[in-house]
Amino acid sequence: MKQTYTISVFSEDIVGLLNRVTIIFTRRHINIENIITSETEVKGIYRYTIVVTVEKERIEKIVKLIEKQVEVMKAFYHSDDEIISREIALYKVSSEAINQNEEFQRIINFYGAKIISISYDFVVVEKTSSEEKIKKLFQELEKFGILEFSRSGRVAITKPMKTLSNYLKEIEYNSKITIKTKNKHGKN
Amino acid sequence: MKHNKYNKEVTGAEAVILALIDSGAHDVFGYPGGAIMPIYDALYDYQDELKHYLVRHEQGAIHAAQGYSRVSDKPGVVFATSGPGATNLITGIADAQIDSNPVICITGQVASHLIGTDAFQETDVIGISMPVTKWNIQVTTADEIAPAIAKAFYIATSGRPGPVLVDITKDAQFGKTIYKFEKCTSIRSYVPYPEIDVKSIEAAAELINSAKKPYILCGHGVLLAEAQQQIIEFAEKGNIPVASTLLGLSAFPAQHPLYVGYLGMHGNYGPNILTNECDVLIAVGMRFDDRVTGNVKTYAKQAKVVHIEIDRAEINKIVHADVPVLGDAKEALNLLTPMIKSGVNTKERKEWLDKFEVCHQIELEKVINAAVNPTSVSVKMSEVIDKLHKLSEGKAVIVTDVGQHQMIATRYYHFYDTNNNVTSGGLGTMGFGLPAAIGAKVSRPDKQVVLVVGDGGYQMTMQELGTIMDYNIPVKILMLNNNYLGMVRQWQQLFFEKRYSFTELKNPDFVAIAKAYNIKGQKVTERKDLNSALKEMLDCKEAYFLEVVVETEENVFPMVPTGASVAEIILE
Repeated sequence: MKQTYTISVFSEDIVGLLNRVTIIFTRRHINIENIITSETEVKGIYRYTIVVTVEKERIEKIVKLIEKQVEVMKAFYHSDDEIISREIALYKVSSEAINQNEEFQRIINFYGAKIISISYDFVVVEKTSSEEKIKKLFQELEKFGILEFSRSGRVAITKPMKTLSNYLKEIEYNSKITIKTKNKHGKN
Repeated sequence: MKHNKYNKEVTGAEAVILALIDSGAHDVFGYPGGAIMPIYDALYDYQDELKHYLVRHEQGAIHAAQGYSRVSDKPGVVFATSGPGATNLITGIADAQIDSNPVICITGQVASHLIGTDAFQETDVIGISMPVTKWNIQVTTADEIAPAIAKAFYIATSGRPGPVLVDITKDAQFGKTIYKFEKCTSIRSYVPYPEIDVKSIEAAAELINSAKKPYILCGHGVLLAEAQQQIIEFAEKGNIPVASTLLGLSAFPAQHPLYVGYLGMHGNYGPNILTNECDVLIAVGMRFDDRVTGNVKTYAKQAKVVHIEIDRAEINKIVHADVPVLGDAKEALNLLTPMIKSGVNTKERKEWLDKFEVCHQIELEKVINAAVNPTSVSVKMSEVIDKLHKLSEGKAVIVTDVGQHQMIATRYYHFYDTNNNVTSGGLGTMGFGLPAAIGAKVSRPDKQVVLVVGDGGYQMTMQELGTIMDYNIPVKILMLNNNYLGMVRQWQQLFFEKRYSFTELKNPDFVAIAKAYNIKGQKVTERKDLNSALKEMLDCKEAYFLEVVVETEENVFPMVPTGASVAEIILE
């Protein structure tokens, strides 16, 4: 059964690495629903947060393939109940439509959204929440006429407690393991 | 060795050559062009230390480098220019990736200020090669060159080997740098040798010790880990039959009493059907390719699977592993063998081993005897290979191209020596054979290298006869000519109602072509001339071309049809 997974990839800061990661999905005809990258709490280590909807069996294989990339430190996948996540959305609505409209103000308050910009032609509403609530607000605002809508990718924090720096230490230790015996091409 | 090369100012191009030499490279296969000219200019002064073979097409260079790496412990090195030079490598890089060959490709690139401008011979080789390389990098300054090459060698040769590509801009080649070389021995994000979990070894031993009908599948990973001795000890101690994958051939000696044959679509009868009778399947350094498993839904479902594999992404990819052992095959077997119950020779085990013998007898009767001693007027491919095997005493390096001749060669040539099988397995690249044979011979001049090739694949890279002529590379070329793209024709016969759509070939005079390249040769059409012609070919001190005209519509059997179970292998 397909379900939504959030993949967190921790990597070196290398030009083109994101491409190496995304072609793993492309080749398998898996649509990336959203993707964002940012630097982590550890300097020089970047995080990609990728959201896909696939079967559990596939997500396991994909994550192994991501981790196989030389410059990827670690990759994890989490189902929605294992993460805390937020997205941010911006809605541009015509000023005219909402002028003096109490209903509009009521909706903004009810959804905990904010008006972050007001100009002669339009207002911009910001909402930070789950994908679902962002969609709901979209439906509510549709009656006023949405001129433009933009949504970010998912920003996520995982519930498991092991810290990234501990993982990194572990990986760095493992990367130095050499085999005791010589293999064909390695000169160990 | 040039003296005092360290801490001196050199050009980036010279740094390329020095870093290759410092990485242990002795030979390069390549083709010059605009964007790699500074590197070729630097090479001019180092020809004694780094021998360069000028191929006739870049695809020839990459396949030669693959053949070079297969038969020895040396990785292959390739030079190509930007644009078409680099894109001509791609087929070979993809082949090296899927067959785990350590190959280091150095490509020239347009000057960095021209990148992205559609400059002459500019192509995004980093982007193009990304899905088919283990790693690649673009270098735009001279200072980055030596570290990039050191890293490239480490990544290509460690863990599960693979191809890497270093793309060097022309300004980086012309730039100046103080040459230093530091070997790369680890990369913090890369774990080539996962530490073997002792618990997994214990679990594997327990399963194997309780097995009544254990069965070892020996893959390419055994060769790459240099675990040939370890797998023999393991099999002997446990008294367990061993079958080989296509790329695993020559890892386990074919003359060993526990060797039962080879797996796959055109493999041996017993090894295929008994996969579905064993109770513990021990897969070592192999990846359950679809040509091995047939229909996965009916593959070894009765068996518990122990999968010893260095690439984590291969474990549970195709076949569920009841006991995965993640790590190097040699290390794993070194840990596992001492825990294996020694000399199990119960009645049950004897019966199990006898089953393979019974199957072998059936295959002899129904396929092999007629194949090697045919009564037909026309010569059969199988009898040619059988004679080649006997005359070379099973000790030659056999390089094959792709198609019927490949399956026949790997079926009827029995490998007595290790690292002697060079073939394009995963990608199935026609045209692989001739250049790969060149690389194999350059890598191991002490070995008899015989290319077995079909009339189709040969013509895809035939231009490399020029390389053979140029460098006097004594490769023996044995063409099995049926004037067909035989394997496709076989499928057309079996699955497309004999509609031979574009598989018949009108061929040239191959002997005359060889002669034009100053390569001795002859064409044999009759059985009576076969043995002496093969002998002449093997005894010849130079390159030799032998064309054997074989039956036009011979089929390769046994065969596991696509989508069928390994148990449904057909014999005739």
